[in-house]
Amino acid sequence: MLDIQKIRADFPILQQKVNGKPLVYFDNGATSQKPQVVIDAISKYYQEINANIHRGVHTLSQLATDAYEIARGKVQNHINAKHAHEVLFTSGTTFGINLVANGFASILKPGDEVIVSHLEHHSNIVPWQMLCEKTGATLKVIPMNENGELVMAEYDKLLSDKTKIVTVNHISNALGTINPIKYMIDKAHEVGAAILIDGAQSVPHLKPDVQALDCDFYAFSGHKMCGPTGTGILYGKEAWLNKLPPYQGGGEMIKEVTFEKTTYAELPHKFEAGTPHIAGGIVLGTAIDYLNEVGFENIQQQELELLAYATERLSEIEGLRIYGNSEAKTSVISFNIEGIHPYDIGSIIDKLGIAVRTGHHCAQPIMNFFGIPGTIRASFSFYNTKEEIDALVDAVKKAQLMLS
Amino acid sequence: MKIKDIQEEIVDEFSMFDDWMQRYEYIIELGKNLPLIKEEFKVDENLIKGCQSKVWLQGEQNEDKIVFTADSDAILTKGIIAILIRVFSNQTPKDIIDAEMGFIDEIGLKEHLSPTRANGLVSMIKNIKMYALAFNTRG
Repeated sequence: MLDIQKIRADFPILQQKVNGKPLVYFDNGATSQKPQVVIDAISKYYQEINANIHRGVHTLSQLATDAYEIARGKVQNHINAKHAHEVLFTSGTTFGINLVANGFASILKPGDEVIVSHLEHHSNIVPWQMLCEKTGATLKVIPMNENGELVMAEYDKLLSDKTKIVTVNHISNALGTINPIKYMIDKAHEVGAAILIDGAQSVPHLKPDVQALDCDFYAFSGHKMCGPTGTGILYGKEAWLNKLPPYQGGGEMIKEVTFEKTTYAELPHKFEAGTPHIAGGIVLGTAIDYLNEVGFENIQQQELELLAYATERLSEIEGLRIYGNSEAKTSVISFNIEGIHPYDIGSIIDKLGIAVRTGHHCAQPIMNFFGIPGTIRASFSFYNTKEEIDALVDAVKKAQLMLS
Repeated sequence: MKIKDIQEEIVDEFSMFDDWMQRYEYIIELGKNLPLIKEEFKVDENLIKGCQSKVWLQGEQNEDKIVFTADSDAILTKGIIAILIRVFSNQTPKDIIDAEMGFIDEIGLKEHLSPTRANGLVSMIKNIKMYALAFNTRG
């Protein structure tokens, strides 16, 4: 059982007031807040060991390089990757997905198929559309049902020897649905296709084991898991990373450069051109340490309690509909109130100190499925409380009164 | 009435409110009461797509002035549109082009007109000015 007040004391931003009201931060799906240890680690890096990595023989450069590689090792352990060089530092999930989609341009041929799902964030749709335009491959979409779940029977039918890659999120950002990715990975492999998992929304809530999952790629962002913005990880199986061409050319990613020909560096450096977000990478390691100290079992227990409580309390409100009713769901509630635009609710409850996301959540196909302009999304983290959910419910009721 | 005078009038009206809630309630009323645009003009060519809410805007020349009608799917956005229409409609292109927007800040609605809010209102003002520029050149 977590001592929530002790946890909350770790997050200085949660102590402040917004619009004169205590901040209730329920936009964790967009980005998480940062604990003091993470904030401190950023300034400590710049105060004590700032230097460029892998380049200098001087002491600071060595210290920075060591710290960066230690962080890579922490990520490797955290996701249980077989090798540290299968863990690439990126600027975020979007970069990781684009890196893979770009690499597949050299593999796909006209007539090949790429499978995405109806539940994807735009960043896991658009790069694949661009890839298909470039290569003449066809984009196939796994449909969803009214509960916000992917229809596995349809997925099975879409798979064939034409399928070259499947890409799906572990957890839907708009609805919170946890997808049956183990099943999907095994099925993709049966037809010889690769599979990428977009883990942007899963890593704050669970610890993915990439070897047990046997996925080919797993992309996620640091900023949603208490780490700095501008950080992310792309895990890729060694064989795949060796097969894919580099994404960006530049320093650090080469073995030898002449004007006639350049040979590329070994993994992971082949995919890490230029000076990376060194402080960010190191501090992502700090964030992972912090989350593991809190413990993912504790995190899940707290978040599922919040989800159950919020679902129950919000359901009291007349005319409120929750989108995404899968049994397998994380601590996200997407909802609307009959006859009221989500923007209006969001604007009013903001005045009451409550931060939620409104709009289409970069998942317009999902909104089109339900025939709505958007939803109000409250996404909970382990540092949120039931009292905050009460404040949300009161605020929504007040907004409803003002707007009807 | 000149744009500047209308703006002063609106600032005066809003100065009666003590807090944001009264201001919002007033805007909601404005949004509810005004029939803003003819259904035939609520078409895609007149649609400004924001991430958060949609805005339709139609401008027509009436002698030397431009008459604007508009609508939105969100009531707060619609209420603010009502204010903008009151300021800009039935004005000459030149006055519209020259108009300053400082009054929005004075009535405490700046956040709704932030370019990052993506509710269509910033684009709406831009489009109002574009109409004025186009009519100005034509006239």
